[in-house]
Amino acid sequence: MTLLSVRNLAVDYATKGGTLHAVSRGTLEVGAGEVVGLVGESGCGKTTLARALTGVVPRNATFKGGEVVFEGKDLLAGPPAAWKDLLWRRISFVPQSSMNALDPVYRVGTQMEEVLRLRGGLGREAARNRTAELFGLVGLDAKRSVEYPHQFSGGMRQRAAIAMALALEPSLVIADEPVTALDVIVQRQVLDTLRDLQSRLGVSVLLVTHDISVVAYVCDRVVVMYAGEVVESGKVGDVLAAPRHPYTMGLTNAFPDLERAGGTLAPIMGAPPDLRSPPTGCRFAERCPFAVARCRSESPPLTVAADGHASACWRSDEAAALAETARDPATWTPTSASAA
Amino acid sequence: MVEVAAQPPVLSRKRKLPSLMRALRLPEKDPLALIGVTIYVVFLLVALFADFLAKDPLEILFLDDGNLAANLGPSLEFPLGTTNLGRDIFSQLVIGTRSAFMVGLTAALAVVALGTLVGLVSGYFGGLVDAALMRLADIALGIPFLPFVIVLAAFLGPQTQNVVIAITVLLWPNTARVIRSQVLTLRERGFVEAARVAGSSDWRIIRVHIAPNILPLSLLYGSIAIGWAILTEASVSFLGFGPSGSVSWGGMLQDAYASQALSRGSYNWFIPPGLCIVLVVVAGFFISRGYEEVLFPKLKD
Amino acid sequence: MDAYVRVRGLTKTFAVRRGLAQVMRGEHPVVHAVRSVDFDIAPGETVGLLGESGCGKTTTGRLLLKLLEPSAGSIAIGGRELAGLAGTELMAFRRDAQFVFQNPFDALNPRLSIANSLSEPLVNAGIPKAEHLDRMKVVLERVRIRGTDLLERYPHEMSGGQLQRIVLARALVLEPRFVVADEPVSMLDVSVRAGILNLMRELQDTLGLTAIYISHDLALVRYVARRTMVMYLGSLVEDGPTEDVIREPLHPYTRALIAAVPQPRVDQSRAPLPLRPGTADARKVGAGCAFVNRCPVAIAACTAERPPLIDLPGGRRVACHLVQAPRAAVAAEPVLS
Repeated sequence: MTLLSVRNLAVDYATKGGTLHAVSRGTLEVGAGEVVGLVGESGCGKTTLARALTGVVPRNATFKGGEVVFEGKDLLAGPPAAWKDLLWRRISFVPQSSMNALDPVYRVGTQMEEVLRLRGGLGREAARNRTAELFGLVGLDAKRSVEYPHQFSGGMRQRAAIAMALALEPSLVIADEPVTALDVIVQRQVLDTLRDLQSRLGVSVLLVTHDISVVAYVCDRVVVMYAGEVVESGKVGDVLAAPRHPYTMGLTNAFPDLERAGGTLAPIMGAPPDLRSPPTGCRFAERCPFAVARCRSESPPLTVAADGHASACWRSDEAAALAETARDPATWTPTSASAA
Repeated sequence: MVEVAAQPPVLSRKRKLPSLMRALRLPEKDPLALIGVTIYVVFLLVALFADFLAKDPLEILFLDDGNLAANLGPSLEFPLGTTNLGRDIFSQLVIGTRSAFMVGLTAALAVVALGTLVGLVSGYFGGLVDAALMRLADIALGIPFLPFVIVLAAFLGPQTQNVVIAITVLLWPNTARVIRSQVLTLRERGFVEAARVAGSSDWRIIRVHIAPNILPLSLLYGSIAIGWAILTEASVSFLGFGPSGSVSWGGMLQDAYASQALSRGSYNWFIPPGLCIVLVVVAGFFISRGYEEVLFPKLKD
Repeated sequence: MDAYVRVRGLTKTFAVRRGLAQVMRGEHPVVHAVRSVDFDIAPGETVGLLGESGCGKTTTGRLLLKLLEPSAGSIAIGGRELAGLAGTELMAFRRDAQFVFQNPFDALNPRLSIANSLSEPLVNAGIPKAEHLDRMKVVLERVRIRGTDLLERYPHEMSGGQLQRIVLARALVLEPRFVVADEPVSMLDVSVRAGILNLMRELQDTLGLTAIYISHDLALVRYVARRTMVMYLGSLVEDGPTEDVIREPLHPYTRALIAAVPQPRVDQSRAPLPLRPGTADARKVGAGCAFVNRCPVAIAACTAERPPLIDLPGGRRVACHLVQAPRAAVAAEPVLS
C-alpha cells in the first residue's frame, strides 16, 4: 500500500544569481512500513525534496508544480495550513544535526513533553509518562531526560531526535542524514535502533543520505537523485546489483568495499551542471561515458519497468551491457569519457 | 585613463566614488554607506580648502558706519551672520571643520592602530602577554570617559593633542577586544595552520593571513571612533576645557551658550555647528553599518 | 633499514576544567589525548591511523608535524629529533614534512589567489622567485590539473575536488619526504573522492613518500595503506598489515569497529555488534585497559592493569591481555567479567 506518492515535484529557489531549480523531477513512493533511501551528492536536491515533503520550505523557495499525495490526499493542492497540521502528527522530521532539533537552553525531556502537549494535546502527567516511554524505546536512560542537550553525546542526541520524531506516532518519518555526523560504531547502533523501531511500530521512513552503504544496510528501496532529478529507483538489491542509470553505476564504482578484495575505484569526472540554467538534454550526459547524441538534445523520462525498477536513461534497454562495461575503471577515465 | 581625464570633472567624480567605496572595502551599492562617505568627502574638501572659503574666524568685524558687526542675521556678506563679538559664524564653521577632522581622524587612526596591534598580538600569541594586555584593557574600560578627558585636559593643558591622547587611551580596548576574538577564531582556521606547516613565520602569518581578514573590522571601529572623537572634542570644548585660541564646533556652541544666544533666538549661531556635529557622527554611523554588512551579512534579514 | 619516523612514549595531555573541589585541593586534572604511543615507520611506507573521533589520531598527526608539543616522549623524523627544533633546522624539517588537510574549503586563505597560496612554501623556503612558476607547473601536473589558468583564481571559484588537489599540490610543492593526511576526502562528494584517493596512491608510489593517512573509515584506509594502526582513547591497540587486521582482527575493539562498517551490498551481516553497552570517555579511563567498559570478553586483569602493546609474528602488534605472544585464540571463548 502506498503511503506517500510524489510525482514530478518541482522546487525553485530565488537566489542572487537567478532562479535555482533545486528540484525539478521529485518522483518517489514510500509504501506503508517501508524504509526508502534517498541518495545523491551534495547539491543534488535530496535535502530540498525531503524537507519540502514536510510542507515547510525556506522563505526563498517556491513549489513549481507536481503532486504530493499522502494518505490519499494531495497536500500540494490543499491549503498549506492542513499540510502544516500534519507535521509531527503524521509526518515528522529528524534533522542532520540533532543539535538543531534540540534547543540548547531547555532540558531534553522538557522539549519532548512540549511537543507532546502542544501538538499531541496530552496532559502534563501523560506527557511525562510518554516521554519516559519514548526514552526507553530508543535506548536512552529515562533518568537522563532532565539533562540538557550538551550533556548528551552525538549518538544520544540523535536517539533523542528520533524519539521526538516518533512521539506522536506518525506514519512517516523523514530523516535527513541522521547518522552522517556519527562515528561508525555509534552510526551502526543508531541505524539498528531505527530499523528495530521501524519494524516494531510499522512506521515508514524516508532516509536521506549520501552513503550507499547506509542505504544497503537499512533500506528496502532506494531513490537516486542527480542534479535535481530522480534518475533511478527500485529495490535496493536490484539497484545496487543491476543499476540501470550510468550515474548509479558510477556511484557504486566510487565506493570502497571492505569485503570485496582490491580493485581500483573510479571517480566520475567533471561536475554537476549549474541548476540555474540546467542543460536541455539529460543532465548527466556531460559526465556520462555512454552518452549519445540524443542524450544531449532530449531529456529522458523516468520510465518504470515491469519489476518496479525505474530509470531515466535513453539507453536503459542496454543497461545490463553498460553496467558490465561500467565496472571497468578505465571506462571512467577522462580519455574515454566524452567530456573532461 | 586619458578619456576619463578629458571628461568634465563632475562625471569623473561620479566614477570615483564607487572605487573609493571599494578601496574602503565598503559594499558599493549600500545607500547609507554611500551617504556617509559623501558627507565625509564634502567635509574633508571643506577642511582642505578652508582658507579659500573662509576669512579669519577670530577677526572682529565692523560695519561701514564704524559700529561693531555684532549679532547680525544671515546676509550675503555674512552667510550665517555674526557672533556677539562681531565674528563671522560661517568662517568659524568652516575653520572648525579642520579641527574636527584633525581630532577625529588622528584619534580614530590612533585608536584603530593601537587596538588592532594589541588585538593581533594578544589573540595570536595568547598566554601571559594576552592576560596582561587584556587586564590593561579592562582597567581602561573602567575609567569614566568624559571626566577622564576633562581631568587630562586640565592637567596636561587644553591642547588638541591631549584630547587625542585621552580619546586613544580610552577607546583602544573596545577595538582590541573585538579584534582579539576575531584573531582567536582565525588562528584555528585551516589555512593558518597550513601556513605554519608551510614554514611561515609568525610575522608572515599575521601579515598575510590574519591582518587582511580583520581589516574590515578595524575600519568598522575606526568609523565609530571618528564620530566618538569629534563628539568628545565638542563636549570638552563646550564645557570650556577645549584648546584655547582655536576654533571648533564645540567651542562655537560654548560661545553661543555663554552669550545666551539661545534665549535671544540666534538660531543661525548654534544650529549650524550642532548640525555639523550630528552630520559627521551620523555619517560615521552609516559607514559602520556598511562594514557590519560586510562582516555579518546575515544582519540583513 | 632504519625507520624514517620513530615515535617513543609519545604522550599529550590537555588540562581539563576544574571543579571547585579540585581547585580547593590544588589538583590539576588532565585528559590523555595520546598515551605513550610507540611506533616506527619505514621509509616509503604508508600507514593508516584508524580510530573514532576523540581517539587521538588527529592529535598524533599534529604532534608529528610539530604543530603541537608533546607532554612526554620523543619523535624523530628523518633522523631529526623534533624536540627543541628551531631556526634553520626547523625550516629544513618544514620542507620535509607536510600536511594534507581535512577541509579543503578552509585550508586555503580565501583572500589569496591559488598562485599565492601555492607559492607560500616556496617563499618561506627562500626559493628564487624566477623558479616559482616552473615549480608550480610541475606540481599541478602531478595532481592532474591541466593548464595554469587556475593559478589566477580564488578558492571560492573552485569545487571541493579541485581545492583538495590544490591543497595536495601545496603539500608537494617543496618535494617533501613525509606527509600526514588527515581525513583528506571526508568532506568531498563520493564521485570526487575516488579521484583524490587514486591520486594519493599514485603519488606515494611515484614519489616514494613516507605517509600517514588518518581516517575513521577502514575501507578508505585499506584503499591507500598497506599497514594500519588502530587507536582507542589515546592508546595504540592494534598494528599490522591492513589485510591481516581486517581478515583477523585481534583486539576486541578492532573487531567491533570492523563489524560496524556498513557495506554497499544487500547481503551483509546485521548481527549485533560484539560490544557491551558503554561509552568511550577519555576522562573515565582508569588503571586498566581503556576499552574495558565496552569489551565483551574482558577479564579481571583488564580492569587492574593496562595491557602492553606486544609484538606478534607477521609484523603485528596488539594491546590485549587475552592475546599472548606467541598468538593464542582470543574470540573462541568469551570470558565475561
